[in-house]
Amino acid sequence: MRLKTLLLILLILLLLLIPAFGGKYILYMAIHILILSVFALGFNLLLGYTGLLSFGQAGFFAVGSYACAKILLVMPSLLLGVIAGTLAGGISALILGYLCVRHSRIYFSMLTLSFGMMIYSLAWKWRDVTGGDDGLVGIPRAPLEIPGIFSINMSSMGNYYYFVLIISLIAIFIIYRMVHSPFGLTLKGIRDSENRVAYAGISIRTYRLLSFTIAGLYAGLAGSFLPPLENTVTPPIAHWTHSAEPVMVTLLGGIHTFSGPIVGSILFYIIKDIIVRYTQYWLILFGSIVILLVLVFRGGVVIFFTEKILPMLSRRSPPP
Amino acid sequence: MLEKLIFQGLIGLSLSMYLWLLAAGLTLVFGVLGVLNFAHGSLFMLGAYATFTFYGKLGLNFWLSILLSLISVGIIGTILERFFIRRIYDLDLPYQLILTFGFILIFDDLVKIVWGGVAMIPPMPHFLEGSLSILGRPYPIYNIFIIFAGVAVAFLLWLILEKTWWGRMIRASASDREMASAIGINIPLLFTTVFVFAAMLAALGGALGTPVRVVAPGIGTSMIIQAFVITVIGGLGNLKGAFVGALIVGILTAFGILLFPVFELFIIFVVMAIVLLIKPEGLFGK
Repeated sequence: MRLKTLLLILLILLLLLIPAFGGKYILYMAIHILILSVFALGFNLLLGYTGLLSFGQAGFFAVGSYACAKILLVMPSLLLGVIAGTLAGGISALILGYLCVRHSRIYFSMLTLSFGMMIYSLAWKWRDVTGGDDGLVGIPRAPLEIPGIFSINMSSMGNYYYFVLIISLIAIFIIYRMVHSPFGLTLKGIRDSENRVAYAGISIRTYRLLSFTIAGLYAGLAGSFLPPLENTVTPPIAHWTHSAEPVMVTLLGGIHTFSGPIVGSILFYIIKDIIVRYTQYWLILFGSIVILLVLVFRGGVVIFFTEKILPMLSRRSPPP
Repeated sequence: MLEKLIFQGLIGLSLSMYLWLLAAGLTLVFGVLGVLNFAHGSLFMLGAYATFTFYGKLGLNFWLSILLSLISVGIIGTILERFFIRRIYDLDLPYQLILTFGFILIFDDLVKIVWGGVAMIPPMPHFLEGSLSILGRPYPIYNIFIIFAGVAVAFLLWLILEKTWWGRMIRASASDREMASAIGINIPLLFTTVFVFAAMLAALGGALGTPVRVVAPGIGTSMIIQAFVITVIGGLGNLKGAFVGALIVGILTAFGILLFPVFELFIIFVVMAIVLLIKPEGLFGK
């Protein structure tokens, strides 16, 4: 346990030091990894802990992005934009989730898919609000400020990285506490045996809805990090193929581990970055990795590491 | 106005028939194998590209091109089922979806490598060019051909499933896999044949669609979503439902373009959600 804490502190220190060593590109990648991590962690609260496979998370991500972009376009305050994006993701998840959690298994997946695609078609066609297929452009990376108290300029990539990093770490900490609380245990109970939890007098629907809403908040938060980074928002972020991203990285890292989605997100961008250097057709290789993953190590990378690699290493060194 | 509506309905009818060819295989595989195949739309795309190559590039006979496309995609389907899909029958839904999603990524890039990233417009066979005058408006002969083809495939499927020995085996193993196996049906072989048959149906949809639609990488991902909508409306695994679902989606899209030109895509997903909320097993589900 001590070792784990030490490693964690080292890791956070390393993350804080990245701007000192890495260039703009590394920071840009790191921000994308953080965005995907937050997105996938919320998603895995639904899949890994509650047993519900949502295929519409990109919808809530997009709601967060568009809400944040709209705010930033009229009122240049980063904090306000991110809060609005997060809340918009959460509220839309609460409303649609009320309908979605009536089902589980494949019908739940199909229902979330249909709502996600409704949001996509609105983003694509509702030109007056979303800018249609051109999207919203010219979104400023507004300063982080509370008027009269402080104001931090965000125009440098380093500063924006720190902003995204700190908020993400807080979000990761909160969801970590959540899954290790009675609430998290109840969710796992629902995943493993719906009937038993129901017999214990717990409203399954309420818990599923809570889980869905939290996943929506996280998708909204992840989504609202994007417009200040890219300065634009376009409809493809709401498309179902974007919903497949958290599914892929979560399975890649491991569905039944807390760190799975984070490890998966890191690997996703590293694999992409390495392959893209050699060929523009990186999806062929990534698709093959995904297929191999399902056929060979279904537990994900984290479990593969802790159950196969670690014991192998410790067996080699003689016990003290 | 009434004439305009009827005419638009006829346009929708021909759209329905591509969608039916696409959805039929998807729902058949789900009903028999229990696998929701995300890559089914990509098989449609491969069928379109194959026909484009045989007919548009090599200049072979139209019917021969279609036949060769079906065989090519059938071979790909055999490989898919034998080496990959077979291993995921008993896995949870997320793994099934992600494995087949992996194939979408692979096929999309393969198509880009072989045919390039730009969209292509294939030629139309001469004997299907031109249009008839229906209600005083020109209605393409090709659309009529598609409607006949779709109905013919529906009839053929019914004939195969109800009247042949193979169809009986399919129905038996769809309703009880273990019992069917116990009475001597070779389930793995049967599943391969069903999957390949479904792949060829998708390829036929793609092949017949090529002369009027654009062939481009990524059409698989938009087609598969429409196929999902249709199979959900009709009931997952239900062929009759898929036919009616295709009619509903095709005609609704046609009217949607006419009446709500901005939100025609939105409406289709609303219908899908309403069916899921009220009757999740689909309009024709048990």
